[in-house]
Amino acid sequence: MTDVLPRPLDVLPAAAPQLPDILPPVKPRKGLWGFMLRHPTLAIGAVLLAIVVVLAVFAPLLGTVDPTALAPAKRTREPSALYWFGTDAFGRDIYSRVLYGLRVSLLVGFLTAILASVAGLLIGIVSGYVRALDAIVMRMMDGLMSIPPILLAVALMALTRASVENVIMAITIAEIPRVSRLVRGVVLSLREQPYVDGAIAAGSTTTRVIFKHILPNTVAPLTVQATYICGSAMITESILSFIGAGTPPIIPSLGNIMADGRTLWQVKPYIILFPAIFLSITVLAVNLLGDGLRDALDPRLAKRI
Amino acid sequence: MLGYILKRVLATIPVMVFVALFVFSLLYIAPGDPAAVIAGDQASPEDVEKIRKSLGLDRPFIARFAEWSGQILRGDLGRSIFTGLPVAELIAQRIEPTVSLMIVTLLLSVIVAIPIGVVAAWMSGTWLDRSFMGLAVLGFSIPVFVVGYLLAYVFALQLDWLPVQGYTPISKGFWPWLENLILPAIALGFVYIALIARITRATMLEVLSQDYVRTARAKGLAEGGVLFLHALKNAAVPIITVIGIGVALLIGGAVVTESVFAIPGLGRLTIDAIVRRDYPLIQGIVLMFSFVYVLVNLAVDLIYTLVDPRIRY
Repeated sequence: MTDVLPRPLDVLPAAAPQLPDILPPVKPRKGLWGFMLRHPTLAIGAVLLAIVVVLAVFAPLLGTVDPTALAPAKRTREPSALYWFGTDAFGRDIYSRVLYGLRVSLLVGFLTAILASVAGLLIGIVSGYVRALDAIVMRMMDGLMSIPPILLAVALMALTRASVENVIMAITIAEIPRVSRLVRGVVLSLREQPYVDGAIAAGSTTTRVIFKHILPNTVAPLTVQATYICGSAMITESILSFIGAGTPPIIPSLGNIMADGRTLWQVKPYIILFPAIFLSITVLAVNLLGDGLRDALDPRLAKRI
Repeated sequence: MLGYILKRVLATIPVMVFVALFVFSLLYIAPGDPAAVIAGDQASPEDVEKIRKSLGLDRPFIARFAEWSGQILRGDLGRSIFTGLPVAELIAQRIEPTVSLMIVTLLLSVIVAIPIGVVAAWMSGTWLDRSFMGLAVLGFSIPVFVVGYLLAYVFALQLDWLPVQGYTPISKGFWPWLENLILPAIALGFVYIALIARITRATMLEVLSQDYVRTARAKGLAEGGVLFLHALKNAAVPIITVIGIGVALLIGGAVVTESVFAIPGLGRLTIDAIVRRDYPLIQGIVLMFSFVYVLVNLAVDLIYTLVDPRIRY
């Protein structure tokens, strides 16, 4: 600490780097590539999901055999060049079953997401707009929400015959309350916005207000919510099938393949391992897509969750 | 304060009534005629009709719902079709393992998740934060039974550190009890930890940007004190809410986890009930779990007023 005084000007290093008066604006890269660089989560999710969808759609062309063909002589073969993922207790080829199972899981995920979003949107808008119905509809939703979703789906499945459609319906019903609450919240906050008042004052009909001003604002949160529903529906399907209350055992859904491996897991863990990896990658892809969409569509929401 | 508690308790009544109505409708529209089942294959239509009358099954929906609700309030959940035993008794026999599993999971999850969330928020943007949140997304993406099998395979079968399956009642000693619950609790808690850690991080990020946090730091408070005393206390309400909401995940997941680890609890009972289409039993289990869930969230609401004096009603 010898030099506490300010240095004289002449000893200042002369060569301070010259900065341009105006920094060049940071140009974001354009096109798809630039978008993916700015939203890596979204990009990874979308690419992963695309791969999985391609695998599922082109399952018959990817060296698969009939996923339900029994071959008792070839049961519980370890994974090999011939049976990539091995065979299960009935000699069925697990590789083929996994690819066909992806179809069922994706179908359940996508359809549940769409159905729950549409139903939730309708209920949410009606509830947010019609004051007289709001209290009663929301109490019903509270009631449905207070039944843990998996138990609700189990109870509904117990009533009906096991089929893919019924699994979709049961999971959809369990997901509807959350979507309706979300939409209702958006509607209630939008109703108070000055521009909505303005539209009403200018003589817009209720239908016009809903379609022109309310609906467009629900798209972003609803899309994000739909992706999460898609992921959780695929998990719920596997859980329902695993405990015997889901897709009929004859249909190779990822949950059913794992349920078949349940009794042998200590000696033949691969029967569960391969469908588990594929299910987890698929759900991970959808969840990453959801996180990415959330960040891209609504930066304020991204900070909160 | 007392008024608020009373109001909040009363507000759960319509929700519980709706749940009861829903669960009752399940049995009402369930396929199969209980009168025909009881009468047996040889009975004439007149016999079936007589049994139906004697059971009161010919009365209107509302009358039957009212009577059934009365029974529920007295703790009578009906009788299982398969075993003929009272549903309440069957549930009571199986409740200890499930409650044990859920409590251990809850404690474990909160102890693990909150520090993770706080650290992730504190170091937000770093590799540590990213890997924690990456793990959280993974937690939402792997079904609970897969985590269960994975843990059991590695830590029980391969390493032989913990028992593979089974349950020991707590009356046989604390460690034997806990030993059997460690792996199931980690498996069941995986999603729950992800959920709590994420909300903790998000709320802490918001709180850490507040003026009073800067003041606390400016007056020279140790960073640990700032994080865990000042910030976490103010972030408590959303975190507790999510802990309460997440109990639904625990309930659903417990059914599956018990199946993986062969724990003779309510999950096993549920699966048996589904396989046997034992509707009164399914009804009783759904009703019981839903009421527990409603009560947990009621408790959460009441805890708010304790942790956050700003909430006054």
